[in-house]
Amino acid sequence: MAIFRMSPPFLAGTNRVTIQMLQVIFAMIPAIAAMVYFFGPAVLINISLALTVALLAEAILLKLRKRPVKPFITDGSAAVTAILLAVAIPPLSPWWLTVTGVLFAIVFAKHLYGGLGYNPFNPAMVGYVLLLVSFPLEMTTWLPVESLADKPLDLHSAFQLIFYGQTNAGWVADTVSGATPLDTMKTQIGQSIAPAYIVNQNLFGSLGGLGWEWINIWFAAGGIYLLYRRVISWHVPIAMIATMFVLSGVTYLFAPEITGSPLFHLMSGGTMIGAFFIATDPVSGSTTVKGRLVFGAGVGALTYIIRVWGGYPDGIAFAVLLMNMLAPLIDYYTQPKVYGATK
Amino acid sequence: MTKTLGFFPGGLKLPGHKKRSTQTPIRKTPLAKRLTLPLQQHIGSAAIPIVEVGDKVLKGQQIARADGHVSVCLHAPSSGTIIAIEDHPIPHPSGLTAPCITIETDGEDNWVERHPVKDYRSLSTHEIRQIVRDAGIVGLGGAGFPSFIKLNPGVHHTVETLLLNGAECEPYISCDDMLMRERADGIIDGIEIMQYALRAREVILAIEDNKPQAISAMELALASRPHLQNTRLVVVPTRYPTGGEKQLIQVVTGKEVPSDGLPIDLGIVSHNMGTAYAVGRAIHHGEPLISRIVTVTGKDVPHAGNFETLFGTPISELLTYAETKREPDEAFILGGPMMGFSLSGDNLPVTKTANCILAGVDDVAPAQEPLPCIRCGDCASACPASLLPQQLYWHSRAKDFDQTRDYNLFDCIECGCCDYVCPSKIPLVSYFRFAKTEIMNQERERKKSDLARDRFETRQARLEREQREKEERQRQRKAALAASKAKKEQQEKAAETADADNKETE
Amino acid sequence: MLTAVIALTLLALILGLLLGFASIKFKVEGDPIVDQIDKILPQTQCGQCSFAGCRPYAEAIAAGEVDINRCPPGGESTIQALADLLDVEPKPLDEECGVEKPKMLAVIDEQRCIGCTLCIQACPVDAILGAAKHMHTVIADECTGCELCLEPCPVDCIDMVEMTPNPNTWRWPDPSHVQLERGERV
Repeated sequence: MAIFRMSPPFLAGTNRVTIQMLQVIFAMIPAIAAMVYFFGPAVLINISLALTVALLAEAILLKLRKRPVKPFITDGSAAVTAILLAVAIPPLSPWWLTVTGVLFAIVFAKHLYGGLGYNPFNPAMVGYVLLLVSFPLEMTTWLPVESLADKPLDLHSAFQLIFYGQTNAGWVADTVSGATPLDTMKTQIGQSIAPAYIVNQNLFGSLGGLGWEWINIWFAAGGIYLLYRRVISWHVPIAMIATMFVLSGVTYLFAPEITGSPLFHLMSGGTMIGAFFIATDPVSGSTTVKGRLVFGAGVGALTYIIRVWGGYPDGIAFAVLLMNMLAPLIDYYTQPKVYGATK
Repeated sequence: MTKTLGFFPGGLKLPGHKKRSTQTPIRKTPLAKRLTLPLQQHIGSAAIPIVEVGDKVLKGQQIARADGHVSVCLHAPSSGTIIAIEDHPIPHPSGLTAPCITIETDGEDNWVERHPVKDYRSLSTHEIRQIVRDAGIVGLGGAGFPSFIKLNPGVHHTVETLLLNGAECEPYISCDDMLMRERADGIIDGIEIMQYALRAREVILAIEDNKPQAISAMELALASRPHLQNTRLVVVPTRYPTGGEKQLIQVVTGKEVPSDGLPIDLGIVSHNMGTAYAVGRAIHHGEPLISRIVTVTGKDVPHAGNFETLFGTPISELLTYAETKREPDEAFILGGPMMGFSLSGDNLPVTKTANCILAGVDDVAPAQEPLPCIRCGDCASACPASLLPQQLYWHSRAKDFDQTRDYNLFDCIECGCCDYVCPSKIPLVSYFRFAKTEIMNQERERKKSDLARDRFETRQARLEREQREKEERQRQRKAALAASKAKKEQQEKAAETADADNKETE
Repeated sequence: MLTAVIALTLLALILGLLLGFASIKFKVEGDPIVDQIDKILPQTQCGQCSFAGCRPYAEAIAAGEVDINRCPPGGESTIQALADLLDVEPKPLDEECGVEKPKMLAVIDEQRCIGCTLCIQACPVDAILGAAKHMHTVIADECTGCELCLEPCPVDCIDMVEMTPNPNTWRWPDPSHVQLERGERV
């Protein structure tokens, strides 16, 4: 005997928002572990900070908006936003940077639009872009991979750097961090250095950026897990990766002096997290099958264009937000043919 | 056995739960003291009673006649006395009442005189249709559309394929399965007649592959009639909602029924297996449709099974006979767990469309507040009609009904797949049913207001005309009056002058 | 300089032609505004708006002589539809005219009817049948529920009854308003 709803169907599948969100978080664990391995424990501090702020902000806003707190706080969407943002910003970012980004994402990009399901833009990316345009310096200096660092950064000094700006030993963040491989590639191409030569520096690995290639591989592995569990569909990631590959491949063939190799672009920066975890956000993306292909292709193309010809080293966030704007239009023009439609 | 030619998008693999009700053979439900028969158990206009309270009726005697083109007759399921012709609660999601005829049975179960047809080939299509209509046969798959209409392709169509739907895709339901296992010959009798009446070039029997016993029974019955030509059995993969008419046609033939058309536009006519059996009984035995096989199953029915039940039998008696563990007045589901509806009340009769009574669902959908739609699109991938339920939901909820039509709301078959997969547990189908009935209501009101406008304008015109005529008459009367006055004056004048003349002449 | 001027002029010309063409080619054929208003009005013909029927009220609205909030049978939804059509702010229903009520139907109590024909003359849509000295009856499908027949009846034999849905006209409830806690046990 169970209480059931008044209207059919009386059967329900096991699909739940919370389960989907938890799967997404679960799938990010290997890549996060890789990030900790390469960039040290600062990554974990960032994630914990972002999670705390996001869940608190979510709870307060739900209260203010007089919505039930429990079902919404447990849906896991705020946690996903927080983690995505935390791994997207540099590990040694000062605490206020993380807090600002998360608050902006949850308050402005999510709840002011009506909360879960109503946000037209990907909240994590809105937070990220706000930080990027407001604090370009903090946002583009990354820790080098630990094997390249003079001294590895332990948990204690990472904590001091994030919350006090300097360690007991007198380090400040600037002295330990530098440019990312994507950034280096862009700057040095600007100085007319051949990409084939640039990648010989020890900042670069055999596929993309040193360390970054592994992070990308693990994000891709997590993404494949999500595909397998049918949390996401293949259309967005495949369309995005394929578009980036084709665009960079063609450019690499005809103008090798302005771009890294296709493999370099797929295995550097936020390509894989973008393809499998960010562009696949259902709320702000396209919902039709064809629309998802268009959406993914758009994100891929814009990302590559921004990387090569734009003003920023990476372009996932801008690409996703721009395509978010187009999502309703894409949906409108990619409606599937209904059964029996005569036109 | 031949292969299927197509598939439909979306759909679900659902746990069948059919074994529970297929362990025992079909049983006969005992005769109830009272049988309550709604006058409308079919799509179309309600039948019109031809008996009066106090009349004695025999089993199989017609008690209401078909009204108009889309309607069928109704018969007494057993012998007894008519004790009421009045409104009575009917098994409908609204819980409303409707006109019903109630018979108090006498327990004799005496048949009226039956007129079996020895050789159906001596009948014309028209005569067969007439018998099917007079026998009160409707589609027994659930919708209840009068079957005789689907035995008349019309002069503009030739029937390529007669499709017999034995998919029975909805979980728990097994009445067609058991019918095919036990009465395959009777079904084929009906199919032969249908093929003859429709002049169908080929006959396809479609059965889902989760019914191996029904498949072998039907194959055996087919094999025993070598004279049957162009008749084949197609085993279709088990997937919900394969049994939907449009979906089955897509699976079997690879073609789609046009959105604004009917299967006959593709040269296809489809009937349910149970309907075929009823047609066979009507022609070969002269028996009208007075009973059907009802699956009684569910978690609370330990000895679930299929029951041949007379129409009008109270559902509560059937549930009791099936030894259902339930409180009086406790809710149950009529139909399957995906498309049926919940009812409560013990006084509801079994009708022609009651294929399954379900007490207790295993993986029941919890009653919980839905979360907002996260536009995951799972509903769209599950939709067998390739609709966008997320958009339909959005517009239905906003009561933006014009938009729901743009997104083809009326192509929704209400199968419930979208609800089932929704991670936010939004009652999507409820929204679509709501929007559909609201639109139909608007349509009715629009028609009514158009009628009122017409009548008002006609009346205005009539009043004006009457006014004009009145004025005209008045004018004429005045004119006549004036004329007669003038005449009189003239006469008087003439008289006066005459007088004067006379005087002068004097 | 000159090329720029010529180019811009040409552009303006082409665009102008295009616009002109488009305005002719894609012209929206609409009903006259009075017809559109009349379509929205419920056609009850009750006269509560102080006009003798829906059409005259529609004409008055089109002429801008009266407000759009004088139709109680249409109620809020009609006011909203009129506001949308005429692109004005919707207003609450004018209480002078009456209040919004559920749809009603006139029923003549045939025991009391004396066959005076006064209601027949009052009915704006000819929905009452009957002759002098013979009992009258309302054609239910055609009654608009305007209540105009109540007043003239000398014996008060007409009652307004609420229209109840039957299984064929019943509507599924709006799920947003269904309380899930009322879910039943099965």
